[in-house]
Amino acid sequence: MRVSKCIGVILVLMFVVSGFQPLPAVAQEAYKIGAVFSVSGRGAFLGEPEKKTAEMLAEQLNKQGGINGHPVKLIIYDDESDATKCNLAVKKLINKDKVPVIIGPTLSGTTLAIVRVAEKARIPLLSCAASYKIVTPVEKRHWIFKVTGSDRHVVSKLYRYMQSKSIKKVGIMTVSTGFGASGREELLRLAPKFGITIVADERYGPKDTDLTVQLTKIKASGAQAIVNWSVGPTQILAVKNWYDLGMKIPLFQSHGFGSKKNLVLAGPAAEGVMLALAKVNVGPLLPNSDPQKKVIMAYKEAYEKKYGEPISSFGGHAWDAFNIVVQAMKKTGPDPAKIRDCIENTKGFVGQHGIFNFSPQDHNGLSEKDLVMVVVKNGDWALLK
Amino acid sequence: MENTAQLVQYILTGITIGAIYALVGLGYNIIYNVTEVINFAQGEFVVLGGLVMVFMTNTLHLSLPVGFFLSVGIVTILGALMDKLTIQPIKNATVLTLIIITIAVSIIFKGLAMLIWGRDPYTLPAFSKAPPFTLFHAIIQPQALWVLGITTVVVILLSLFFRYTMVGKAMLACADSPEASRLMGIPVQRMVLISFVLSAAIGAVAGIVITPISLMEYDRGALLGLKGFGASILGGLGSFSGAVIAGLILGLIESLCAGYVSSGYKDAVALIVLLLVLFIKPSGFFAGKRASLKKF
Amino acid sequence: MGYEKKKILCLILFLVIFPVLVNYIPAISNYLEVMIFAGIFCLVTIGLSLLMGYAGQISLGHAAFLGIGAYSSGILTTKFGLSPWLGILAGVALSSAIAVVVGIPSLKLKGHYLAMATLGFGEIVFIVFNEEVDLTGGPSGFADIPYLHIGSFEFTSELTYYILVWSVVLIGLFFALNLIHSRVGRAWKAIHGNELAAEAMGVPTSKYKLKIFVLSSIYASIAGSLYTHYICFLNPSSFDLFWSIKFVMMVIVGGMNSVWGAIIGTVLLTYLGNEWLTAFKHFDVLVYGFILLLITMFLPGGIVSLPEILKSKRTITR
Repeated sequence: MRVSKCIGVILVLMFVVSGFQPLPAVAQEAYKIGAVFSVSGRGAFLGEPEKKTAEMLAEQLNKQGGINGHPVKLIIYDDESDATKCNLAVKKLINKDKVPVIIGPTLSGTTLAIVRVAEKARIPLLSCAASYKIVTPVEKRHWIFKVTGSDRHVVSKLYRYMQSKSIKKVGIMTVSTGFGASGREELLRLAPKFGITIVADERYGPKDTDLTVQLTKIKASGAQAIVNWSVGPTQILAVKNWYDLGMKIPLFQSHGFGSKKNLVLAGPAAEGVMLALAKVNVGPLLPNSDPQKKVIMAYKEAYEKKYGEPISSFGGHAWDAFNIVVQAMKKTGPDPAKIRDCIENTKGFVGQHGIFNFSPQDHNGLSEKDLVMVVVKNGDWALLK
Repeated sequence: MENTAQLVQYILTGITIGAIYALVGLGYNIIYNVTEVINFAQGEFVVLGGLVMVFMTNTLHLSLPVGFFLSVGIVTILGALMDKLTIQPIKNATVLTLIIITIAVSIIFKGLAMLIWGRDPYTLPAFSKAPPFTLFHAIIQPQALWVLGITTVVVILLSLFFRYTMVGKAMLACADSPEASRLMGIPVQRMVLISFVLSAAIGAVAGIVITPISLMEYDRGALLGLKGFGASILGGLGSFSGAVIAGLILGLIESLCAGYVSSGYKDAVALIVLLLVLFIKPSGFFAGKRASLKKF
Repeated sequence: MGYEKKKILCLILFLVIFPVLVNYIPAISNYLEVMIFAGIFCLVTIGLSLLMGYAGQISLGHAAFLGIGAYSSGILTTKFGLSPWLGILAGVALSSAIAVVVGIPSLKLKGHYLAMATLGFGEIVFIVFNEEVDLTGGPSGFADIPYLHIGSFEFTSELTYYILVWSVVLIGLFFALNLIHSRVGRAWKAIHGNELAAEAMGVPTSKYKLKIFVLSSIYASIAGSLYTHYICFLNPSSFDLFWSIKFVMMVIVGGMNSVWGAIIGTVLLTYLGNEWLTAFKHFDVLVYGFILLLITMFLPGGIVSLPEILKSKRTITR
C-alpha cells in the first residue's frame, strides 16, 4: 500500500514539476498566432519549410513594428505527422496558449482530425493541407479555411492541357496514401468532363521499390498519356522506370513533383515530364507583368538568403496562410470571430500560390487559373505554352 | 505478343526484387542457424548499407569498389556491435526478451538513419552506364543484372564458406547443438559474433545493390525485413538454398499479383504467403531435414 | 485481491484529483487531454499485458484490433447511422471473431514465429484499411464521425470524455485483476511458466491461450471505438506497425508481469511522447529504441519491479 501510494504521489509531483516554466517576459501587448506543422514525421519535407517560412515572416514583421505596433508572437507546435499529437497540439494552442487564430496543420489527415476542435472552440484555422474535405461541407467548416490549391484544380489543369492535345485515353497510377487517394478521386471524377477515358487505374504503396509492373500494365492498356500521383521516392521511381521502359507516351506528374530536389534525384530521366504547378515554383520564369511575380521573388530571395536552400511550394503555403492572417489582424485585432469574418471576405490577396478570393461558399479561394503548366527541360523547369 | 512482353516484364521485375528478398532471408538464416534468434534488425542492415554507400559516393566521391567495401565494412561493424552490446550480455534470455531486444535495436538503427540522413530518399548511380536493353520485348535495366549477379556470387561464396572452411562448419555445428559444440572446444560466442557480422555484410550488400534501382530511405527496413523473413520461412529457416529459391518465388508472386490481380494488395500477398507457411508448414518448403528439427 | 483493492482506490483517488490539479495549474492545463489518450491506450495495454505477461504470448499486431474497433464504430455510425453503442458492440464482435480465426492457427506457434505471425496479421489489416477505399475512406480516412451520446447528452467536453474513458479503464482493470486471481489466471501463469508441464497437468492450454487472445482483442477494440468518437476522424496511419510496437513497449517499460505495469508504462510513455520529449523531436525514435533496449536488458521486470529491487537491495546491504 505504501509503495503504490508512493508511486502515485511521485507521478503527481512529476506532472506538477514538469509544468513549471519560467514566467513569460513582457509581451502583454503581443498578438499571438498559433501554428501546427508536421516538422518531423512523414510530413517533415512539407512541414519544415513551412515552419521556417513562418518564423522568417514573423521575424520580418516584428522588425517592421508588428501589427499596428503590437509584436507578433508565433507559437509553433510540431504534430510529428500524427493525428493524435495534432489533436493535442491544437487543443493546447486554443486552451493553454489562447491563440485567436491558427495556421496549419500541414497534412490533410492531421487537419481532418482537428476540424471539429477548431469549430467547437470557434477559432479560425488556415490549413496548409490539400484535401477538399477540409473545407467541405461548408456548413460544418465555418471556421476552417485552406490556402492550398485543390487537387481538382491541378487535375483540371492537366486534363485541359491534354484535351488541347487531343489525348482521350489516360492511364493513372497513384500511391496508396492520403495524397495519392485524393488525387485518384479527382482524376477519376473529372475525366469525363474533358472527354477522357481512364483506361488503367493502378495503385502502389509508398515504400514500393519498383513501378515497372504498373507502367507495363498502363502501356498494355493503350493509354495515350500517363498521370502519376505521388510524393516521396515513388514519384522519382515512376519517372525513372518510365524512362527505362522507353515509354513513348507522355508522363504527367502531380504537383508533388514540384521541387528541384526531385529533378536532381530523377536526373536525365525527367526530361519531358509535365506537370501543373503553382507559380511560386517558377518565379524567375514568370513575365514581369504577372501580379504574383513581385511577392514570389521577394519571398524567394529572403528565404534563400536566410536558410541557404531553395524555396519549395510548401513553404509558400505557410507564407500565404501567415500573411492572410496578418492582413486580417491589421484590420480586426486579435478577435477570433472578427478575424474569421475578415478572412472570409478577403478578395484579391496576392499570394505565393495564387490570388485568393474567399467567400462564404469558398473557403479555399484559389482556382485553376492560379496554376501554370510546366515541363522539365535540361534539368530545370520551363513554362509550357 | 503484348501479353508475352508483359509477362516477361513481370517476371524480370519479380526476380530482381526477389533477389533482394533472398539476400535478406539469407541474413536471417545465418544468424538463426547459429543462435536460434530471429534478428528483427536485419532489414535495417539493408537500409544502412544503402545509405552509407550514398554517403561514400555522393559526399566523399569515392569510387565504386572502394565505397562498396567501406560501406559493407561499416555496416558489418555495426552488426558486430549489436551482437557484443546487446545479444552477448544477456545470459539466459527468454525468446521474448531477445525478440524485444532486436526490435529495440532496429528502432535505434532507424532512429540513427533518420538523424543522419533525414527522411529524404537517396539514389546511387547505376554500377554500369549501359542503357536498358530488350529481351523478349521486355526491358531490363543493367542494374537488375548486377543485383542478380551479385546475389549469385554471395550465395556461392556462402555455400563454399559453410561447406569447406573450419569456421563455417563450426558455425553449422553450433546451430545443431551449442552445448555439444562448446564441449568440442568451439568458441560459441565467437561463432555468434561471426554470424552477425556475416548477416550485416550480406544485408549491406543487398542495400547497396538495390539503391540505384529503387532509391533508399531511412524507414525501408521494416517492410523489407518482413518480406525477407517471409522468404526465409518459406524456404525453411536455416536452409540457405531454400531462402534463395523462396526469395525469388516470393518476388515473382508479388510481381505477378501486382500485374494480374491488384497492385494495391501486392504487399499483402507476401504477408499472406508468410502467414500461410507459418500456419501450414512452418518448417518451410525447400529445406532439408535440418529445418524440420527446429523447434517451433 | 485485498492488496489490489487498495491500489485501485489509490488510482481512483489520483484520477479524481487530477482534473482539479489540471484546472488550477495553468502550466499543465492541457494534461487532461493527454490523459484521455493515455486512458484509451491503457485499455489496449491492459489486454496486451494479460496476453504477454500472464499467458506469455506476444502480439506485434495489436494495433490491428484497435483499428478494427475504431473503423467498425466509425463506419457503422457514419455510413449506416447506427447508434455509437451498437457500433462498439459490433466492433467487439468483429474483433473477437477475427481474433478467433487468426488465433487458432497462430497460437500453435511459439516465440519468434508467433511474433512474426502477429506482425504479418497486423500489416495485412493495415493494408486492408488502406485499400478498401469505399468502405474505410482509404488513406485519406473519413471525418465527421458523430460523438458518443446517451439520449440527448453528448460526450463532447474533455472532462466528460475523461470520466468516460477512465471509467471504462477502471472496469477493464477490475475485470482483469479478478481474472488474474481466479482459477483461469492461475492456469495462464502455469502456461507461461512451462506450457508442456501445464499441458501434462491437464490445463487445456490452447483453449486458454485463445481465450486470452480474444479477450485482449476485445479490450483493444473498445479502446478503438473510444478513440474514434473522441477525434471524430479516422485514418489508417493511427494503426500501423509502429503503434503495435509502441503498445508492446508500453507494456514492457511498465512491467510485463503486472497490469499495473501496463498502466504506468502507458501513462509514462504517452506523456513522454506528447509532452516531455518534444525537445528531442529528431531523436525521438532513437530515444524510444534506447528506452526499450535498456529496460529489456537491465530492468526486465519493468518499472513496477523497481520497488522490489530497491527493497531487496536494502535488505542485502543491511
